[in-house]
Amino acid sequence: MRHGGSLVLASLALVLAMTAPGAAQRTDVVVGLVLEPPHLDPTSNAAAAIDEVVYANLFEGLTRFGANGDILPALAESWDISPDGLTYRFTLHDGVTFHDGAALTAADVVFSLDRARAGDSVNAQKFLFADIEAVVAEDDRTVVVTLARPNGNFLFNMAWGDAVIVAEASAGTNATQPIGTGPFRFETWRQGDSVTLVRNPSYWGEPARLERATFRFISDPTAAFAAMMAEDVDTFPVFPAPETLSILDADPRFETVVGTTEGETILAMNNRREPLDDIRVREAIAHAIDRQTIIDGAMFGYGTPIGTHFAPHHPAYVDLTGLSAHDPARARDLLSEAGVEGLRLSLALPPPVYARRGGEIIAAQLRDVGIETDIVNLEWAQWLEQVFGNADFDLTVISHTEPMDIEIYGREDYYFGYGAPEFQALWDELNLTLDPDRRNALLGDLQRNISENFVNAYIFQLAKAGVQNVDLEGMWINAPTQATDLTQVYWAD
Amino acid sequence: MKKGTRLQPNLLIGAAISLLVLAMALLSLVWTPFDVTVLVVGDRLQPPNGTHWLGTDHFGRDIFSMILVGARTSIAVAVVAVGLGIGLGVPLGLAAAANAGSLLDDLVMRGNDIVFAFPALIIAILITAIFGPGAINAIVAIGIFNIPVFARLTRGSALALWPRDFIKAARLAGKGRVLISIEHILPNVANTLIVQATIQFSLAILAEAGLAYVGLGAQPPMPSWGRMLAEAQTMIALAPHVAIIPGLAIVVTVLGLNLLGDGLRDIFDPRMRGRRP
Repeated sequence: MRHGGSLVLASLALVLAMTAPGAAQRTDVVVGLVLEPPHLDPTSNAAAAIDEVVYANLFEGLTRFGANGDILPALAESWDISPDGLTYRFTLHDGVTFHDGAALTAADVVFSLDRARAGDSVNAQKFLFADIEAVVAEDDRTVVVTLARPNGNFLFNMAWGDAVIVAEASAGTNATQPIGTGPFRFETWRQGDSVTLVRNPSYWGEPARLERATFRFISDPTAAFAAMMAEDVDTFPVFPAPETLSILDADPRFETVVGTTEGETILAMNNRREPLDDIRVREAIAHAIDRQTIIDGAMFGYGTPIGTHFAPHHPAYVDLTGLSAHDPARARDLLSEAGVEGLRLSLALPPPVYARRGGEIIAAQLRDVGIETDIVNLEWAQWLEQVFGNADFDLTVISHTEPMDIEIYGREDYYFGYGAPEFQALWDELNLTLDPDRRNALLGDLQRNISENFVNAYIFQLAKAGVQNVDLEGMWINAPTQATDLTQVYWAD
Repeated sequence: MKKGTRLQPNLLIGAAISLLVLAMALLSLVWTPFDVTVLVVGDRLQPPNGTHWLGTDHFGRDIFSMILVGARTSIAVAVVAVGLGIGLGVPLGLAAAANAGSLLDDLVMRGNDIVFAFPALIIAILITAIFGPGAINAIVAIGIFNIPVFARLTRGSALALWPRDFIKAARLAGKGRVLISIEHILPNVANTLIVQATIQFSLAILAEAGLAYVGLGAQPPMPSWGRMLAEAQTMIALAPHVAIIPGLAIVVTVLGLNLLGDGLRDIFDPRMRGRRP
């Protein structure tokens, strides 16, 4: 016994001696992400998973989102806006180079913006560039963007991951060999496992404090929990199993980080299909839903109830949850008023827990007012094709995670099919308005319009419920855009 | 003399478990302690207690009630799937044996070989992926793989009977092949089929649980043991009983059916009977 004990002590001392120098600050981080990106070019695909790896780390735009959604200068050091709001003169930072060594010039900005707004562009968010009339390079460091009409959102639009600046030479190969201007450059992508970025030694701005960052893709909630417990992963900004957060939080090695996201989780309804084209039926469905029960049951309490398609942390948010308060009796009245009986609808559910679990709760709540649902669990590819692409659905639960995406209600061909003229008129007016107060008022009107028309049932704002090592500092708390910004991340001693 | 009539403990235990599961399924038709379609989120993940005998799941549903209804789902899928296998496989096997060596025999048996050559669960996933997930498609997927099992077994047993004297006598009496197959062959292969059906039944329950686990079986809100297990996966650290109970239900049921199958074979199978001390 004693002999064994002293052996253990001796080896402990040895281990301590060996690890002592290693206890110095770590300079690498392993980030857990739920979804693997289909490729790494943010300018040609809508997948949020791309931006979660490359935004701010690898690629930069003229402007960028800050940790709280504010718009900060990025590649553009400064800008002037003409009084009529039509001309933006951007001055680029000096000495910016791409990861392949080529210098960034105004010509690259012209190329990137022209490429994104071209007729044959594959950019997933072409509306960001729709108002641009011309992009001209005045000299190597000055770009003048002329708009066809004033757009109060223009600097915001330029901050999106879809609007990053790429070089003509590498634009075609960014999908697999991304070359940007960011503080990290691409090292390897092990398909199905991880993407590794390393510090860019010749970064133009404040260099990153981490030398290496690995993004590991773990979609299975059980595996995510195990990876966290084993410390294979240092941070999981959006943890896929909210039910285990309480266990991780109780562990002194970890802390949970709960913030807000731009993810409006909605019960989308196919406004084109009978009987959902009847506003009374949609209103009945909205009243059948008890938001807090869904947040508690599906997300273990993480989430904020919303009454419209807008993020509650935004200053223009209007609380409209009262319009569609939980009222099963009213829902039943509305259904009989609409002459609908024995309604049976399909409910398509993509894989995330908010949809799968939330969908089951919604089905139970709808059953309570006499609406039967057939739950159809779909994989992402099927959901994107069938529901999002072909609008072949009755109901679906989905979180729209892009910032300020209320604009989708103006598109008639969007999957839930709204696009009312009043909404489009308000949206057009918003685009012509620069005064912040007036803009917020208009944004309020837009929120009211979709809420009063019960286009979809608005359930809750997805929380950014994540977990990380207690010594990791500088991660975003909120998620104003789909990103994992590692530029300010470091290890505390 | 005693060796054939003495009941084996295997048989008793297996029969008791199988009857218990059947009773649970039948009970769920008329009564469950709680409604399994009503979610009470406030009561979620309770450990077993006086009100909820086996605790509650992540939606606050009573697990005991879900196990009862889940037994019904499992049994219904297995009965229909095995029924499909018997209903199509046995006639095919009888026909093949009655026309041994003919083109029909070749077609049936080579068809069986083709179905056998595919891994069963993969094809089940393929079928449910094409036609959409659901209990009906799970039944079809599992049923298809029961057809060759029964066809082959029936043909093999029937071939051994055709040269026997009592069959020859029937033929001399002018009975046709179809009539002989039904009146003389079928009763004599029935015992073997019953044993096989019991085994296939347990395999079907396991297959249903497997399909439900990957989300291709019965869809919510219809409870299913396999899906209960899948949903409990992330809750294990919080409330282990949520995973353990449906897991135990599957294990015990499959074990019971296997024991029953073994016991029945001991009684029916003449060769096995002879080997018992």
